[in-house]
Amino acid sequence: MADLSCNIAGIETPNPFWLASAPPTNTGDQVMRAFDAGWGGAVWKTLGEPIVNVWSRYGAVDINGTKMMGLNNIELITDRPLDVNFKEIREVKDRYPDHTVIVSLMVESDPDAWHDIVQRAEDAGADGLELNFGCPHGMSERGMGSAVGQVPEYTRQITEWVQEAATVPVLVKLTPNISDIRYAARAAKEGGADGVSLINTINSIIGLDIDSLEPQPAVNGKSSHGGYCGPAVKPIALNMVSQIANDPDTVGLPISGIGGVSTWRDAVEFIALGSSTVQVCTAVMHYGFRIVEDLKDGLSNYLDEKDMTLEELRGYSLPKIHNWKELDLNFAVNAQINQEKCIGCGLCYTACEDGAHQAIHAERRDDGRTYVEVKPDACVGCNLCSLVCPVDGCIEMVEIPNDFDPCSWEDYTENDGVLAPRPEHQ
Amino acid sequence: MSDSSTNQVSANFSDYKPALDNNAALAESNRCLNCYDAPCIRACPTAIDIPGFIKKIASGNLRGSARVILESNILGASCARVCPTEELCEGACVMHDLDEKPIDIGRLQRHATDPVVFNGEDRPLFEAGSSNGRRVALVGAGPASLGCAAELVQLGYEAVCFEKADEPGGLNSFGIADYKMSYETAIKEIEWVQQLGVEIRCGQEVGQDITVEQLYEDFDAVFIGVGLGGVGPIGIDGEEIDGVRDSLEFIAELKTKPKQEVALRGKKVAVIGGGNTAIDAVTQSARLGADRVYLVYRRGPEAMGAYEHEQELARKDGGIFIYNTQPVEVLGEDGQVTGLRCVRTETRHGSLEYIDGSDHVLDVDYVLRATGQSKLTSLLEQFEGLAIEDWGTVIADEDGRTSLENVWAGGDCVSGGQEVVNAVAEGKRAAQSIHENLQGER
Repeated sequence: MADLSCNIAGIETPNPFWLASAPPTNTGDQVMRAFDAGWGGAVWKTLGEPIVNVWSRYGAVDINGTKMMGLNNIELITDRPLDVNFKEIREVKDRYPDHTVIVSLMVESDPDAWHDIVQRAEDAGADGLELNFGCPHGMSERGMGSAVGQVPEYTRQITEWVQEAATVPVLVKLTPNISDIRYAARAAKEGGADGVSLINTINSIIGLDIDSLEPQPAVNGKSSHGGYCGPAVKPIALNMVSQIANDPDTVGLPISGIGGVSTWRDAVEFIALGSSTVQVCTAVMHYGFRIVEDLKDGLSNYLDEKDMTLEELRGYSLPKIHNWKELDLNFAVNAQINQEKCIGCGLCYTACEDGAHQAIHAERRDDGRTYVEVKPDACVGCNLCSLVCPVDGCIEMVEIPNDFDPCSWEDYTENDGVLAPRPEHQ
Repeated sequence: MSDSSTNQVSANFSDYKPALDNNAALAESNRCLNCYDAPCIRACPTAIDIPGFIKKIASGNLRGSARVILESNILGASCARVCPTEELCEGACVMHDLDEKPIDIGRLQRHATDPVVFNGEDRPLFEAGSSNGRRVALVGAGPASLGCAAELVQLGYEAVCFEKADEPGGLNSFGIADYKMSYETAIKEIEWVQQLGVEIRCGQEVGQDITVEQLYEDFDAVFIGVGLGGVGPIGIDGEEIDGVRDSLEFIAELKTKPKQEVALRGKKVAVIGGGNTAIDAVTQSARLGADRVYLVYRRGPEAMGAYEHEQELARKDGGIFIYNTQPVEVLGEDGQVTGLRCVRTETRHGSLEYIDGSDHVLDVDYVLRATGQSKLTSLLEQFEGLAIEDWGTVIADEDGRTSLENVWAGGDCVSGGQEVVNAVAEGKRAAQSIHENLQGER
């Protein structure tokens, strides 16, 4: 079994799987049960001046019958008294000294308020602090959450205030509701952040009940924009994580990756793009704490199979993320259909004919089956057919070798690069 | 009979293909690949756009889904239940090639059509076309005539079905295994078809209550959709004894009477025949509580006409298949069946021969004939000049046109016995042909 213990911003943790600051970390009882199940750490549900919640709080996107591909919430930070929370944090740390407890914080933009709550969190035994500059709903109307995260100057300022008081590592949780995440990360770093956590939820209206035409989650017939998360947001999160990891101004800044992590495979992607730990919420809200068993088991098996350490995996794929203008225009692939495996559904034909480049020929054979084949002179290797094909390994994209040197757009436009011939448009 | 055994018998007749709930229908509809040139459509005699209606279920457009189905097949709710989907649409599903279960098309079709057909409609999905003043008479009110009539009324015709029975529907009402579709369900569907404007006159036998000449006189065209007759005697001694029955009559009775009145607890039954009706008789006898049910077939399993999945069903119900065996005499005591004397057969040089000394008696209380339905020759003969095959079926082309001008035919009286879905398809095609023909006369 691979060693899954790791370090983020100086915080030692038994494994990279943390519960994100959210309903699953609302109470000491939950966090302790999560640690019993095997979670390496937990980011406590955000603490601040206690608020009052609405009753109806979550809404979901189901896709093709699969439940909760996306989840949104209009729940605010903790609605339990601060002293109760701190007492429970103390208890958790006493009982689970080796597990990581990060305390998420959000108070008004006042240095004293921040100094005070940082002190209390540390007194309770926090291994680290996470500054919630991300929540896009409710709290933002009161000048907190994403209202801070959206303005780099505020992010830097408050991080500085926190660092005046903090002795444990401080992670700044970033909102994706900005135009370029790198500015927020740079500001956090300038303010003294020891690391960043991202992404917080994406501002959203989850949908309407089209019978009543009421937005969801409906509160007495009305709703508000809320924070979107779950498997659907993962690609957005992966991009933002890689942007920060590759940004010369923030390179090396520890990252706790968040956004749709449901399986160990998702975790591999976040880690390979530079995350030190990953945080999970929606998958736990769907299936419970028990999912950590396979998260750890799957990641461990993967690392063993790859003969890699967790440290070696971290950031492995970052050098492979480039600007488009640097990609090789002479690297050619074509779809190849394995006729032995083809079941004749014709989905590749429909997709290519209507949605791509009219590069698949289809005909009905005498036995009534649909026969498809790729027109090599028309295929641009876009992948669409292989993406829609329901049969595992039936359509593969194979490299079509040529004698041309690699040539990027940059090479082509600036360095006299030579383009290989391409399919002619009909 | 105790309550529990009564309940058990009723439970035995619960739906073979039960309704899907919304979530199950959503999941199943999303499993459909939505094939290009989908093989399921080609396997459907009524050519329903199956991926089309399934994807409408997936999108939550149930009304649109029902429209797609019922436009092609007005008895889509019946066919969802009674079609041998394993042999038709589901049998053609490409999922088989993935070693996965085919899409549950029958149950999805039921999911889409039931709300429209059985729950009452605020806004009717279909309505009669504006009247063109033409009238068509339909002989019989089974699936062929209903398929034809429903199409005709939408085209603006007045369509009147003359049905000799007291209730409409023919075999669809009275001859479907009860665990596939109940009598009440079939009748309710027909009521929905009637709301569309199809008129059905029950207890009206052509030749008795109204003459063929009268039909010619009162109507612009006639459609013959009379189906077939009962299963007649097979010509062995003792068939008159109480307990020897036509299996269709048996099925009609169990469908229309309370199950406890027709229960067969402790009884032993022999069903003679090798087709799908024989299977229906076996399964239903077993489900009515019979102790032992034999299926006696004179040839080997390879020659049986019944669908493989139907045979499997009968075996699961405990049916005992006796192949290569020919009944030769029904035995009785005090006017009641006590046994069926049989001989073993073998096929020599292509012909069936008895094996000497192979006489044996099956100890049974009932003998059900399922050896093929008779043709309604005397009825058909009243249509003077109507061309009929030597074996008694009406000769008609693909559009149902017979040898007589302005007379069309479809369903079992033409095919000799097929599925409900075939009859509906033939009726609909005939309606279109009638329309083309009568329009041309204008």
